[in-house]
Amino acid sequence: MSRILSSALFIVIVAALACVPFVADSYGVTLGIGMLGYVTLATAWALFSGPTRYVSLATVAFFGIGAYTVAVFSETIPYPLLLVTAGAIGLAVALVVGLSTLRLAGVYFVIFTFGLAELVRQLVTWYEVNVTGTLGRYIFLPVTPEGIYWQLLGLAAITFLISWWIGRSRIGLALKVIGDDEIVAAHCGIDIARVKLALFAISSVIITLVGAIQAPRWTYVEPTIAFNPTISFLTLIMALLGGAHRLTGPLLGAVPLFLLFEWLSANFPNHYSIILGLIFIAIVFILPRGVLAFAEENWRRWRKTEIKNLPAVAE
Amino acid sequence: MSELLTINGLTKRFGGLTAVNAVSFSIHRGEVVGLLGPNGSGKTTVMNMISGHLAPTGGTIALGKETISGLAANRIALKGVARTFQLVRGLPSLTVAENVIAALAFGRQKLWGQAARTEALSRLDEVGLAHRADQSAQDLTYIDQKRMELARALAAQPELLLLDEWLAGLNPTELKTGIELIRSIQKRGVTILLVEHVMDAIRALCGRCVVMNAGRKIADGPTAEALADREVINAYLGDAHA
Amino acid sequence: MLVAALLSGLVLGGTYALVAMGLTLQYGISRIMNLAYGEMIIAAAFLAYVMFSTLGLNPIAGLLIAVPAGFALGYIVYGVMMSPLVRRARDKASLEIDSILATFGLLFVIQGIMLVTFGANFTSYSYLNDPVTIFGTVLAANRVLALVLAVVFGGGLYLLLTRTLWGTALRAVAVNPAAAPLVGIDVDRAARLAFALGGGLAAAGGVVISMYQTVTATSGVVFTMKALIVVIMGGVGNLIGALSAGLILGLVETFVATYVDPGLTLAATYMIFLAVLLWRPAGLFGRVAR
Repeated sequence: MSRILSSALFIVIVAALACVPFVADSYGVTLGIGMLGYVTLATAWALFSGPTRYVSLATVAFFGIGAYTVAVFSETIPYPLLLVTAGAIGLAVALVVGLSTLRLAGVYFVIFTFGLAELVRQLVTWYEVNVTGTLGRYIFLPVTPEGIYWQLLGLAAITFLISWWIGRSRIGLALKVIGDDEIVAAHCGIDIARVKLALFAISSVIITLVGAIQAPRWTYVEPTIAFNPTISFLTLIMALLGGAHRLTGPLLGAVPLFLLFEWLSANFPNHYSIILGLIFIAIVFILPRGVLAFAEENWRRWRKTEIKNLPAVAE
Repeated sequence: MSELLTINGLTKRFGGLTAVNAVSFSIHRGEVVGLLGPNGSGKTTVMNMISGHLAPTGGTIALGKETISGLAANRIALKGVARTFQLVRGLPSLTVAENVIAALAFGRQKLWGQAARTEALSRLDEVGLAHRADQSAQDLTYIDQKRMELARALAAQPELLLLDEWLAGLNPTELKTGIELIRSIQKRGVTILLVEHVMDAIRALCGRCVVMNAGRKIADGPTAEALADREVINAYLGDAHA
Repeated sequence: MLVAALLSGLVLGGTYALVAMGLTLQYGISRIMNLAYGEMIIAAAFLAYVMFSTLGLNPIAGLLIAVPAGFALGYIVYGVMMSPLVRRARDKASLEIDSILATFGLLFVIQGIMLVTFGANFTSYSYLNDPVTIFGTVLAANRVLALVLAVVFGGGLYLLLTRTLWGTALRAVAVNPAAAPLVGIDVDRAARLAFALGGGLAAAGGVVISMYQTVTATSGVVFTMKALIVVIMGGVGNLIGALSAGLILGLVETFVATYVDPGLTLAATYMIFLAVLLWRPAGLFGRVAR
């Protein structure tokens, strides 16, 4: 019953959000694009980093790959194929990164992803300077802001469905087992590296697509714009604060924080990153037992109430 | 009787320390064998190499006719080896039933949904824990965690079950139940290798014992003989008592 | 050309080694993965630039100000930000995540302050830019000085840690933080000192870098990255490892820049990192800490 109710609610919310461009002005649509973008990024981030506890700092590496792929091929490949190409490139990079780091301790993954955006940015710059001879590109695509909004809404809805489905599937259980104890996971027959790789790939492709869909908003792209590290930072903070373990956690973190950051960047354009950093440090400190514990306790509390509602099992 | 587990020249070095040194023994199908030895003699390291938690430095381990040494733990689990751990390892964020389902969903049976739950409940019932199926695993007492761990190992439908001091820390009543439980598992045809310090349990359960000291095998034979072996007594009590 | 590449590689490698030694102290002894480390380096480079261009102070004198300032900043950052995190940490993993997140925030704060103060432009100054001939190769004097300074600081630190009681205590904490209190070592104090020392080394590295390289307010990430790679290559907490790995990295980068393409140096760095991770995850020279 509650399952039917929540799916109905989901459909109603998506439908209502789809109507927003008909009533909102252009600023409203812009705001909606930004918000949907971050909701999707944070949910996709949490899809992998929540259960595995591998803190990925590489969000913008994939986001930028998506955006830049669109910029490079916008005149040669038709639009829908453009997104597929971007997703494929994101997938390939995710597989390379994942295959080389996901077997190792989490801290190597963190370090690797920390510099990944910078690496990709330098490689793209090198490619542009040496191979094409231009740095910076214009994107002229016949995509309206409303079109971008609807695409992002679609992607956000799909991301939610994937996240929901994983939570109920075998992979979801595998992830929880891995999160608790990797040794037990392996002895249960779980191929840990493969599960992590699959999740990382799904998450990375979604992040790449967010970048690809949003790219036409910029009209002019160069590597420093597409690979702005603030995006990794915001995604991380939104997902962690909302609770990376819950389906709706990243959403709950993304919406208020996006509005806060939007307000901050409008009112304090020069001191934006200082304030961001301070807020982030403050969050780490305010949560008394650490950010991760906060996210997990939240999740556990929620689970406990869920268990109480189940009918008691026969003794 | 055919041999289920054949270990040949098994060696493990950690840097300069040789924890297990050229150990060879085999276990017949359906047998319950005790792996004994003083602390630090390399018993748990042997268990860890059989289950794939550690890769051997040298030597081979075969399950039936198939070599399993060097395979990853998840591959070995799928070949039919399950274990419990010396320090009990529950999955604290899952419920008791989910702990067992973990072994059902990814093990040899690949059960999921209602079938997995039914199977998990019957495994839990076997160890006397069905009434706690929907509790959080972290709320269990120590002995109940051990039971849960055993249920999880059984759910994997193992041919070879490795029990690493599963009976340690139990009170006399619990010990009696525990011994009964292991017997009933044996009756189902599961081969068991157990590391244990509780001598009563060893005498009650194991037809044969392999004794290790300082990484080497020093005795291998019927329990009474192995325990009476001069070198075994030396290893446990020191030369003065021989 | 080969000798020139070799010499520039040694200069660069010496700087990396110097910088990485600071990070290996912070990570190996204080157990803090400091993602804002590169920002501390860049801040020192900017400080050297300001002192040179407005006060006319040469970078050698600048070191006398920058290094104590870096030490003090490290001391304060550890005392105010890190020690509460250390005290409340349940286990190594939760401290690792908290410190990564907190220093990630700190990165943006320091970077933001530098952006506001200096803008996003490339900044450099000209000091001792006179040619010196070594082994028949012409090298700028400031690079030679940079190498000498790296050797002096690195050697000094090595002697400090191996020859003094105080240094032995620090190394004991690196090897086994749980056992160190049993022999009367104050772990918290050792961690704070190690973090502060790391800050001092970052500042020294920043001043040295500013003598021969151009920096921007946003180039800290790359330095953190390279320092981290050197630390892992050398084995966490291993000073000699950091020294050797730093030199290797500097040489490889210079050779790639000379013979392949200057735009691919970071890619080369990553290739080394990957190779080390896949081949010897505990580092080329073994792990002292952990």
